[in-house]
Amino acid sequence: MGTIKVKDRDDNVHQLTAESGSTIMEVIRDAGLDIEAACGGCCACATCHVFIGEEWLKKLNSRDDDEESMLDQAFYVKDNSRLGCQLEYTEELDGMELTLAPE
Amino acid sequence: MSHKTDVVVIGAGPVSLFAVFELGLLNLKCHLIDNLGKIGGQCSELYPEKPIYDIPSRARITGEELIGELMLQAKPFDPVFHLDQQADSIEKVGEKWKLTTSSNTIIQAKCIVIAAGAGSFVPRRPPLKNIELFENKSVFYSVRDKSRFKNKKILIVGGGDSALDWANDLASISDVTLMHRRKEFRASPDSVTKMLELEKNKKIKFVFGQLDSLLGNEKKLNAVKYKHGDEEFSIEVDYLLPFFGLKMELGPIANWGINLHENLIKVDTEKFETSVPGIFAIGDINTYPGKLKLILSGFHESALMAQKCFAYCYPDKKNVFRYTTSSKDLHKKLGV
Repeated sequence: MGTIKVKDRDDNVHQLTAESGSTIMEVIRDAGLDIEAACGGCCACATCHVFIGEEWLKKLNSRDDDEESMLDQAFYVKDNSRLGCQLEYTEELDGMELTLAPE
Repeated sequence: MSHKTDVVVIGAGPVSLFAVFELGLLNLKCHLIDNLGKIGGQCSELYPEKPIYDIPSRARITGEELIGELMLQAKPFDPVFHLDQQADSIEKVGEKWKLTTSSNTIIQAKCIVIAAGAGSFVPRRPPLKNIELFENKSVFYSVRDKSRFKNKKILIVGGGDSALDWANDLASISDVTLMHRRKEFRASPDSVTKMLELEKNKKIKFVFGQLDSLLGNEKKLNAVKYKHGDEEFSIEVDYLLPFFGLKMELGPIANWGINLHENLIKVDTEKFETSVPGIFAIGDINTYPGKLKLILSGFHESALMAQKCFAYCYPDKKNVFRYTTSSKDLHKKLGV
């Protein structure tokens, strides 16, 4: 168990409890924040797009082809863009900061 | 076109197809409406090749296979499909509902079953300021009439099949620029090869970038600003065609006077009927205490919904509960 810090589209920061084994998308969705996650987490849409705090990027696996392809359907994609459903929370990510991408 | 049937089903995904089967066993005929041009809903549009592991009795089945099997199961009941159109409005006429689609198809039925999943698939709109002012004038999400683009400056954005296919197609009649955030494309390899060849022959311009803002007046788009990394650019255009896939939204159903809860339709768990008698909601679009958004829940909901539809369609008939293993009557309906 740990926490992640999620900045919403109104710049409010939410500290969310995250459990190992959950995806970042699930943590955000289950906390009731506004993340669409239309496909439910199978990397088939791009509606769980988040920006990862720079210093946390290196702790994540890099994007695979599926995720890269789906990001083609997202807007304002940056180097720190990720799909939340493709990121599994581990203890190593305790304290991670991220921002919900604009809709 | 005007049609009469027992039940009109909104959506043509897995739960709708199983509803055709359950209603069919009770002698009820169905017409189905879907905004997509194909049958299968999210299974066909979002994850045709992805395996599903929680369909009872199927250890592993892909979205596409599931839809194929459900079509086979629904086949004896001759469902009629109205694709590429949205259920727009409903009206109660006597004992029946009259439903009108976006293509002006009119269907009269005793019952309406909403099995629309997460809603209709509609083009994903870039979140650009004032884009709505230009839509259907300078900004198009699909191409209906190619002639409008002849000898014009067209900016096509995206890396999927729609973007590349239209870039390749319009390259012969228009001044086409294709914009994408990287020079890799998820479109089919054939389309990518063709596009690269057209680029080499200077029939298509390719630029790296992502949309940033639109410049123009109320009548017409003049230019598009875009970014690549931290750099900003601008390109003069007559038309913008953004292809960023599809998203789902509830659409006109929200205005039908049915009780909703956070964009989901409230139903009871005996008949899966909405707050409006004769209108049912099954599958991902409904909500009730304990609801799980699983295809298998939608199958269960179909069976119970069908019982009540029977009562509406045949108020004077008794519905005898029978099994498909043993009932001669059901075997006849199934053609076995």
